Amino acid sequence: MKNPARFTGQARVLPGFRLTLGFTLLYLSLIVLIPLSAAFISAASLTWGEFWSDVASRQAVASYELSFGASFGAALVNLVFGVIVAWVLVRYRFFGKRVVDALVDLPFALPTAVAGITLATIYGPTGWIGEAVAPLGLKISYTQLGIFVALTFIGLPFIVRTVQPVLEDLDPEIEEAAASLGANRWQTFWRVILPMLAPALLTGFTLAFARALGEYGSVVFISSNIPMKTQITPLLIMTKLEEFDYGGATALAVVMLVVSFLLLLAINLIQWWASRHHRTELA
Amino acid sequence: MTTSIALAPSLQHEAAPRRASTAEPPGVRRLLIGVALAFIILFLVLPLLFVFVEAFGKGAGYYFQALSDPVTWAAIKLTLIAAGISVPLNCVFGLCAAWAIAKFEFRGKSLLITLIDLPFSVSPVIAGLLYVLVFGAQGWLGPWLDAHDIKIIFAVPGIVLATIFVTFPFVARELIPLMQAQGKSEEEAARVLGASGWQTFTRVTLPNIKWGLLYGVILCNARAMGEFGAVSVVSGHIRGQTNTIPLHVEILYNDYDFTGAFAVASLLTFLALITLGLKTWAERQNEILHGREQTA
Repeated sequence: MKNPARFTGQARVLPGFRLTLGFTLLYLSLIVLIPLSAAFISAASLTWGEFWSDVASRQAVASYELSFGASFGAALVNLVFGVIVAWVLVRYRFFGKRVVDALVDLPFALPTAVAGITLATIYGPTGWIGEAVAPLGLKISYTQLGIFVALTFIGLPFIVRTVQPVLEDLDPEIEEAAASLGANRWQTFWRVILPMLAPALLTGFTLAFARALGEYGSVVFISSNIPMKTQITPLLIMTKLEEFDYGGATALAVVMLVVSFLLLLAINLIQWWASRHHRTELA
Repeated sequence: MTTSIALAPSLQHEAAPRRASTAEPPGVRRLLIGVALAFIILFLVLPLLFVFVEAFGKGAGYYFQALSDPVTWAAIKLTLIAAGISVPLNCVFGLCAAWAIAKFEFRGKSLLITLIDLPFSVSPVIAGLLYVLVFGAQGWLGPWLDAHDIKIIFAVPGIVLATIFVTFPFVARELIPLMQAQGKSEEEAARVLGASGWQTFTRVTLPNIKWGLLYGVILCNARAMGEFGAVSVVSGHIRGQTNTIPLHVEILYNDYDFTGAFAVASLLTFLALITLGLKTWAERQNEILHGREQTA
C-alpha cells in the first residue's frame, strides 16, 4: 500500500479492476458470507446449555460416529481403488479406456437423488445386487452398509482425479534409476512412486471425506433414517428442520461447518506443504 | 497440482512404450486393469444401466406417459428457471473474479480464492438452512418480508438462491487458474495498440478462455439442474409449484411409483451423460488450443 507505483503502474494499463473486484466481493458477501454468518449468529443466540444439549445429545453423537466412520471407510476404499484406476488410465492401453476415463466423473454429473434411488433399489432386497447377496445373510440398503456404499459412489472421482495428473507428470527417469539400482517393480512403486503421490493422495482422500461428510441426496434413500442406527448428521439436521426445531438444526450445522472449515484448512496446508516440498526438491 | 473436484483440463498422454525394467509383468497389468474395470462397472456402469432398465420396465408407453404428466412438466419448467438464472449469474461472477484475481495484484488474494471455494465444503442441507435463517419466517428478514407479502422460502426465489449458492464456485474455479497461467501480456499489448477494455476482453481474453469457460458452465449447469439437498430444504414440496425435477423424482419414489420415478430420473441421467460428453469434448478442444499456442 505504501508504494503507489505498484498500483498505478499496473492498474492503468488494464481496466476494470475496481469494477470486477467490487462485484466479486459484493456477490460473495451476499450469496455466501452473509448467509454463513447467519448460522453462527443464530447459534450464538442459543444459551450454552441449549447448544450443548443439541450438539452432544446421544442421537447427535451417534450421527457423528456414523457420518465420520462411513465417510472415512468410503474414502479409504476409494483411496485404494482410486489409485488403481488412475494407474491403469495413465499407464496402460486397453479397450474402452476413453469411455472409462470420461465415466469416472459420473458421480459429479449424476444428480444425487438419481444416484440415491438407483443405489437403494440395486442394493435393496429385490435389486440386482441386493438379491444376490441376500442368501449370504447380507443386507445393504437401509443399513449402515448401504450408507457406506452411497458415500463410496459419491467420493469415487476425487482420488482418481487428484492422482491422475501427478502420475502423468512423473519423470520416467526416476523409475529407471530405481530399477537400475536393483529395485524390483514393487519396491519402486512402494518406495519411490507412492511417496511422490502422497500429497495428491492426501488431498484426494480429504476431499472425498469432506464431500461424504456433507452428503445428503444419495444417502437419504438408501438409509432408513433410524435414530442412533442409520442417521447421518445431515439427515439429523433435516429431521430437525422438518420438526421446525431450527435452533437444534442450527447448532448441529455450526458443528458441521466448523469441521468443514478445518478440512478445507487441512487441504490448503497439504497443498502448501506439497508445493514447498516440490520446490526444495528442485533446488 | 489442484484441489479442484472439477479439474482443469489435463492432457491425457498416450501410454509410451516403457522399458521392461519400468513396466509391470503382463499378468500384473491384466490383473490391475481387471480390478479397475470391475470397480468401475460395479459402481458406475451398473447404476447407469439400471436407471434405464427400470425406466422402461413397464414399456415405452408408460415411460412417455410418466414424462408427459403436467406435474412433471411443471418440475422441468422450474428446474430450467433455476438453472437459467443461476448459471448466467455465476458465469458473470466467475469472469469478474477471474479477471480481478488473474490480471491484478492485491492483498488477501489467496484468502479470496479460498472463500470462493467455500460453498463446495458446505453440506447442501446446511446451504438450504442458511437461507432459511436469513429469509425464513423466523429468520432475519422474515417479519419484513411477511409485512411486504414477499415469499422467498418455500417459494421459487428460495430455490433459485439455494441453486446459486451450491453452484457458486464452478465457473470461477475453472477460469482463475486458466487466466493466471495465461498472464496479462496479450491484454496489455492489445491496450497499447489502442483497443478499448471491452474489445480487449472480447477479442483477446475470451478466445483464450472459451473452452475453460464452457467447461465451467457445463459443470455449473449439471449441478444447478441436479441439486437436491439444498433445494429440498427451501422448497415447500408443493406439487406443480415448488418442485424441481430431482424433488419430483423423490416424490414419485416415495409414492411407490418406481417406474415413474426412474422415468423422470432417466431425464437427469441423459443430462449427466451429455454433460460428461461435452466436458470431454471441451477438454480436448482446450488441449488443441494450448498445443497450438505452444508450437507457435
